[in-house]
Amino acid sequence: MASLKELRNRIASVKATQKITKAMQMVAAAKLRKAQVAAEAARPYSERMAKVMANIAAGMEGSENAPRLMAGTGSDQVHLLVVATAERGLCGGFNSSIARLARDKARSLMTDGKQVKILCVGKKGYDALKMEFSDILLDVVTFREIKNVGFEQASQVATQVLSMFDSGEYDVATLFYSEFESVISQIPTAQQLIPATVPVVEDTEADDVNYEYEPGEEEILEDLLPRNISVQVFRAILENAASEQGARMSAMDNATRNAGEMIDKLTLSFNRQRQAQITKELIEIISGAEAL
Amino acid sequence: MSEAFSFELVSPEALVLGGEASEVVVPGTEGYFTVLANHSAFMTTVKPGIVDVKMSDGEAKRIFVRGGFADVSPTGFTLLAEQATMLEDFDMEELEKAIQEARDIIAESEGEKKAKAEALLTQLEDSKSAVAMAISQ
Repeated sequence: MASLKELRNRIASVKATQKITKAMQMVAAAKLRKAQVAAEAARPYSERMAKVMANIAAGMEGSENAPRLMAGTGSDQVHLLVVATAERGLCGGFNSSIARLARDKARSLMTDGKQVKILCVGKKGYDALKMEFSDILLDVVTFREIKNVGFEQASQVATQVLSMFDSGEYDVATLFYSEFESVISQIPTAQQLIPATVPVVEDTEADDVNYEYEPGEEEILEDLLPRNISVQVFRAILENAASEQGARMSAMDNATRNAGEMIDKLTLSFNRQRQAQITKELIEIISGAEAL
Repeated sequence: MSEAFSFELVSPEALVLGGEASEVVVPGTEGYFTVLANHSAFMTTVKPGIVDVKMSDGEAKRIFVRGGFADVSPTGFTLLAEQATMLEDFDMEELEKAIQEARDIIAESEGEKKAKAEALLTQLEDSKSAVAMAISQ
């Protein structure tokens, strides 16, 4: 049994921890609101982009001059996994669930005899994957110094992915990130970037419209596809930012609650022990008096 | 009063402008073009420059865009801009700085990186001249 002094120290330290987790939860809540607004603001662009893509791609399907970004290289030997995670920890299972999804994918690809390369966006994913895949980890991009990650940073990542594709370093690229559903639920997602998957648009009102293209259909598609990749990376980064804060918020909420329970338990045993000591001292006094 | 059509200008970060417009002038890569109501379906790429919008309530807006896509369909006109700034908010100094940075990269590097910086520089200089012209008008 710990002494009274030890118990008192522990209670103080748990209280300090609780204060920190409480503060982190509130900060995460404020940041989450901001991240959600940013993610929502970006939605119209990616929606319109998907629609335009679907319009053009519908006309291009099966065509021989489809750009390589859409048709692929014709093989699927070398896979590139782009793993987008957070820069910081202490956000529950957020980073590890993305890393796990990527790791499972990498393993299953390797057992199929495929070659795998990994590009990490965000430090935490790199930390999680470097033990197992140190020899195939190409690079890590971190946004640690950047406060508000914008479209510019997303296009940098996209440019890197594209220039690697152009130099034939891989055939298929997949992006891993966490889709933000709600504060308590973030879904780790894998999305294929290259060859581009054509989004299915439900209302095909554009089908009977004859578009005029300037310059040509192919030129536009060639311009559009790389841009679409930047947009997807950007979207993933925004979704990740919202998911991260959501995950951190619920993790810190749990931590605060656990600390509260722990304080209650420690206080109880502290009181009990104090009472026991008082009783013991009383008995000593009484028995001393009786002996006289 | 000319007929109105729905117009949307979206950048990756936000929906910059949306509403009913009566006339939009866009800097297409193959030349400026004007979109009026009932324009035929048309799609093109956009180069850096100034988009002139006349909203249907008579309000005129001038927006600087840096590259993007124009998608004119029977239902409306969507402009996907890589970057869009209202002309009155435009920061000339920032652009000058970006131009200077691009020049530095060209001076220092070579090969692919240089070619990329050169492409960026032409884009930036196009932007600069377009903005300068718009302001002087």
